Amino acid sequence: MRTSFIAKKPSVLVFLLALAAFTIAVTILSEGFGIGVISTSFIKTLGKTLCLCLIAVAMDLVWGFTGILSLGHFAFFGLGGYMIGMWLMYERTRLIVSEALMQGQIPPTDAEVIEGIGNQIFGVVGSSEFPIVWAFADSLGLQLLLVVLVPGILALIFGWLAFRSRVTGVYLSILTQAMTLALALYLFQNDSGLRGNNGLSGLQNLPGVETPQSIVSMWFFLASALALALGYTLAAWIVSGKFGSVIRGIRDNETRVRFLGYSVEGFKLAVFTFTACIAAIAGALYYPQAGIINPAEVVPIASIYLAVWVAIGGRGRLYGAVIGAGFVSLISTWFTGGQAPDINLGFYTIKWVDWWLVLLGLSFVAVTLFAPKGIGGLFDRLKKEGGA
Amino acid sequence: MSTLLEVSGVSVSFDGFKAINNLSFQIADAELRAVIGPNGAGKTTFMDIVTGKTRPDEGRVIWGERSVSLLRMNEAQIAREGIGRKFQKPTVFENQTVRENFLMALKKDRGVLSVLLFRPSKADHEQVDALAEQVGMLAELDRLAGELSHGQKQWLEIGMLLAQEPRLLLVDEPAAGMTPEEREHTSELLVQAAKTRAVVVVEHDMEFVRRLGCKVTVLHEGAVLAEGSLDHVTSNSDVIDVYLGR
Amino acid sequence: MIRILIACLALMCWGQAGLALDLTLQEILQQNKKLVEKPSRKTIGPVIEEIAASNLSQVQGFLEAWGNKQVWQRRSDGLFFFGTAVAKRQYELTDPDSGESVGEFTKKDLKQLKPNSGVRALIATALVQFQLSDLDPVKRAEALQAMERAPTAKHLAPLRLSIENELDADLKARKSRLERLLTISFDPDTATRVAAIQSFEGDLGVDVRATLNPLVVTSVNITSGDLPTDENIARVIKPGSEDLSVPAAYDLLVASKLAPPATSAEDIRAALVAHIDGGQVAKISVAQLSDPEIRRQAYDRLAEQSLVPAFIDEEDIAKKLLGYTVYETFAETSVAVTDAAQAALSKIDLNVGMNQTLDLTLDAISLASIYFLAAIGLAITFGVMGVINMAHGEFIMMGAYTGYVVQQVIPNHTVSILVALPLAFAVTFAAGVVMERLVIRYLYNRPLETLLATFGISIALQQLAKNIFGTQARPLTAPGWLDGAWVMNDVVSISFIRIAIFILALIFLGMFLFIMKRTRLGLETRTVTQNPRMAASMGINPDRVNMLTFGLGSGIAGVAGVAIGLFAKVTSEMGNDYIVQSFMTVVVGGVGNIWGALAGATMIGFLQKGIEWGYPSNTLAAQTYMIIFIIIFIQFKPRGIIALKGRAAGD
Repeated sequence: MRTSFIAKKPSVLVFLLALAAFTIAVTILSEGFGIGVISTSFIKTLGKTLCLCLIAVAMDLVWGFTGILSLGHFAFFGLGGYMIGMWLMYERTRLIVSEALMQGQIPPTDAEVIEGIGNQIFGVVGSSEFPIVWAFADSLGLQLLLVVLVPGILALIFGWLAFRSRVTGVYLSILTQAMTLALALYLFQNDSGLRGNNGLSGLQNLPGVETPQSIVSMWFFLASALALALGYTLAAWIVSGKFGSVIRGIRDNETRVRFLGYSVEGFKLAVFTFTACIAAIAGALYYPQAGIINPAEVVPIASIYLAVWVAIGGRGRLYGAVIGAGFVSLISTWFTGGQAPDINLGFYTIKWVDWWLVLLGLSFVAVTLFAPKGIGGLFDRLKKEGGA
Repeated sequence: MSTLLEVSGVSVSFDGFKAINNLSFQIADAELRAVIGPNGAGKTTFMDIVTGKTRPDEGRVIWGERSVSLLRMNEAQIAREGIGRKFQKPTVFENQTVRENFLMALKKDRGVLSVLLFRPSKADHEQVDALAEQVGMLAELDRLAGELSHGQKQWLEIGMLLAQEPRLLLVDEPAAGMTPEEREHTSELLVQAAKTRAVVVVEHDMEFVRRLGCKVTVLHEGAVLAEGSLDHVTSNSDVIDVYLGR
Repeated sequence: MIRILIACLALMCWGQAGLALDLTLQEILQQNKKLVEKPSRKTIGPVIEEIAASNLSQVQGFLEAWGNKQVWQRRSDGLFFFGTAVAKRQYELTDPDSGESVGEFTKKDLKQLKPNSGVRALIATALVQFQLSDLDPVKRAEALQAMERAPTAKHLAPLRLSIENELDADLKARKSRLERLLTISFDPDTATRVAAIQSFEGDLGVDVRATLNPLVVTSVNITSGDLPTDENIARVIKPGSEDLSVPAAYDLLVASKLAPPATSAEDIRAALVAHIDGGQVAKISVAQLSDPEIRRQAYDRLAEQSLVPAFIDEEDIAKKLLGYTVYETFAETSVAVTDAAQAALSKIDLNVGMNQTLDLTLDAISLASIYFLAAIGLAITFGVMGVINMAHGEFIMMGAYTGYVVQQVIPNHTVSILVALPLAFAVTFAAGVVMERLVIRYLYNRPLETLLATFGISIALQQLAKNIFGTQARPLTAPGWLDGAWVMNDVVSISFIRIAIFILALIFLGMFLFIMKRTRLGLETRTVTQNPRMAASMGINPDRVNMLTFGLGSGIAGVAGVAIGLFAKVTSEMGNDYIVQSFMTVVVGGVGNIWGALAGATMIGFLQKGIEWGYPSNTLAAQTYMIIFIIIFIQFKPRGIIALKGRAAGD
């Protein structure tokens, strides 16, 4: 009776093999490690897409499996990015400032270096003082810990408050949206200590690493692929057992689960916090590839897009989330990047940059109405037809 | 026979409407009890109070040998104390197999971490098989619960309740929507279950109640109107008034 | 007391006037011919004063003409005349004294006096005293206004003289108020000033505070001995207290050259750099100087060699400061006046504070009515029908753009608003009905799906608006009669637009209550929401009712959009600004109840204004804290302020 869960869930193995094949193919075609068919900037796009797939897996866990439509997971994603961005920016600025000060006639004191860094980083918001939130920015280890801790604790506090008062359904969605809005508005302030709407920039440069971007981008690409593989496997393992039964039970009938003696709040809180941490890790891998993070990334609409990806891919099945996030975000990049050819109707030219969002919005309505199971649902249909 | 559950002087009102009015009720270990009463008598609200879904305005609900108050616990804690509840509408997890439904209900540590690490042992599977056999669903174990018939869902739910190994079972209209054969099976299940634990059945169907052959409590306007054998209460003039109208 | 003084002053004026009685205006002008011909702001003062002091009846006319560049000089004899153009390059000259015409002259015989703006300002100041008693009340008002803007000591006497004979009650009140203000600033007699100050206790006028504040301005001084007795000392400050840090106190010493400047890290660095000698500073290798301790050592060695001033550390500073007393002195020398001014100001502050609270309350009510307007449509679709519509904000935007388009067609703002309101309702009503028919009706009882589908519509509508109207903000101009504000006093005022929005919100509330409680549609809506099957079996068509109710909610959002567009910019993204707040309003207030939406809007409006008051410079922070507060509030009242109780509330 006792079988390994990979054997029980062949889809996980299929997914891992597909991901491995994709990663190897991209590596061979890349500029940094291979024959140079794929440009470095596209490698970054692919790496970022993998991170988006990872947060989509998290979103699927929390929404598709547990039934909590969180409109706040992109906030955790952004927070993760901010946390790693703080170290990247601090360390790089420190190297530049130290070097510049070393050119002076006498070597700088630590205080002078820190003041120099402060001026460099916070000059744009008219300050040179280090805010308290930067207290650990000089330590990579601590800041990496904060990548998980800050979003995790925020999710824990918010989730504890929301779940214990039994806010559910759309109310919870609106509440998470409000939380995201509050965080975005907070980050937009100049005195938030995170450079207001300037955000953190220059994150693509690893401090002290002289390797060209073509190689660095491959490091991040591979790291993102690894993170996605681990995240996916972990998520699949979690939902395969009794825990999966319980959270799907919560999704379908919360009250019944409660009368079975399970503390619904505890399970929800665990899933919410765990997925927030996954989202944060995805963000911490994403933003060094994007190079910049600012509060506009955190606004509620980003989290809603995340829900859109998962819904289009097919919620309640992990590979659906990955397909949705990968497919929609890549196609969005293609359409909004101006690469898609405009369609000339004679009297009017359809510019995809302008019309893509209209199309996306409407296709989203169509998916909800006609294909509630998303793209993943098509596989089921094919399977059934194949079986019959 | 020692008292398992004691409800005393409980009242609750919604927007001025008194759903439960100074209700007192007792049930002992391994006792089968039927609760009847016209619509709006407070039967469901009574169950809501015992299981922690509704907080009464006043009164006490005392449980078990250690006489703990249930009023300070939430639904999940009360369920873990050993009170199982079956709702009027069959509520099973339709997107999961019958086996998964049973496994979820088995009496095990309900903590988040132990649930995460839980993998069913051979003994667990055997227990599930035994339960399935008891409610007559051995053949359906790997079907999705959503594909079952109405009666099968009811039995699955009763089976899940038994899997919880509760000391008190609250069953709300188990026979509703069942065929006569299914009713018979259900009543047998309940009588069987009541041999080892207390069972409270809320039911409209007098024939079904008669088949249970147990003590009957009649509720009216949120209070106990009469108590005793079915023949005793059906001959009570107050009960006749309430049921037939004046 | 005041009267006697005024009488004395009047006598003085009369006496002064008497001195110049013997000269005509022309004679005075001729005496100062050079200065009048080429006047400058610096030199012309005495001349204007002399002219004004002559007390001749013709002075006012002359000064006005001079200021208006209507005075000409005849080249032949250098005499000054009023000049009026009679034909091209042809002027008729009039004698300034007698007012008689002396004939017509061509321009080449004349020279126009063109005083520059500085001189004209001086002329205007001199004119004030005449204009104060001018027969024309408009001119008197203008003169008063000029004095209110730039009060000077010279105005005091003529102003006092003019009060008694002022017939216009309004102007008299203004004159007497100004007289008291000028008294505070310029009267030589302390008791008179104190009395004037006391007369303003609790007054809210900005002018009063502008007059009183300079009296209590202080300057910080430092002394080594006892406090001086001849100064009006406000208080003694202890260095290191909240009002004066130790370094700031020491800086005072340095500024008064009583102590050498403190040595900063920057100074050390500069000194060290200046004394680098072969890779060493005072025999310490440069490479070691990244340590502040070693820098200090090097500096001290330099100081020992007297190459740099000795290091002054905190201990030195503290020791030095012990010998001195820091105190604040009023610029105003009279203790009685400063005491009275402080007392009056503190009473004024109290009164201002109370009125500011009132003003804040009005602001909060107006914000609440905006939120209410934005949320009322949602209270119908979400609160009553349970349909969550994320495109609600876009309906608001649609309404606002409808208003904008109407204004492009109908230029008259009043008419266009009156057309826009029903048209916006019609447009968004139609949009709502279409959306309900095509999307929402398939998703009843699937709230999360509804949320996502309507969100898709919201994205599409936003982008569509962007494609049509562009990204820049479009104005929606309010009709002229809504400009301006209802000013209660200098502190409390509220703009007419906000009052209009408040009234609009009340009308909507009334309309909603009427529709829900008194009309067939309302009855059917309530029936369908409570039990659709039962309603259907009673002959009500739930499809039709849902469609109309949703249309109604959307239509109201459109009207709200016009109202919001009047004070906020109309952009394709304006819906985003209101959607979260609107949902918060409905949720906080309590779903399914219009009074809940009202309570929610009121609470959020007051809360936001309150927090903004606490963090005046930072509206972003205010919104952040407000949302956090709401999240916490929902912990304690999960069903909102006005909750439906019991089983009806459902789970």
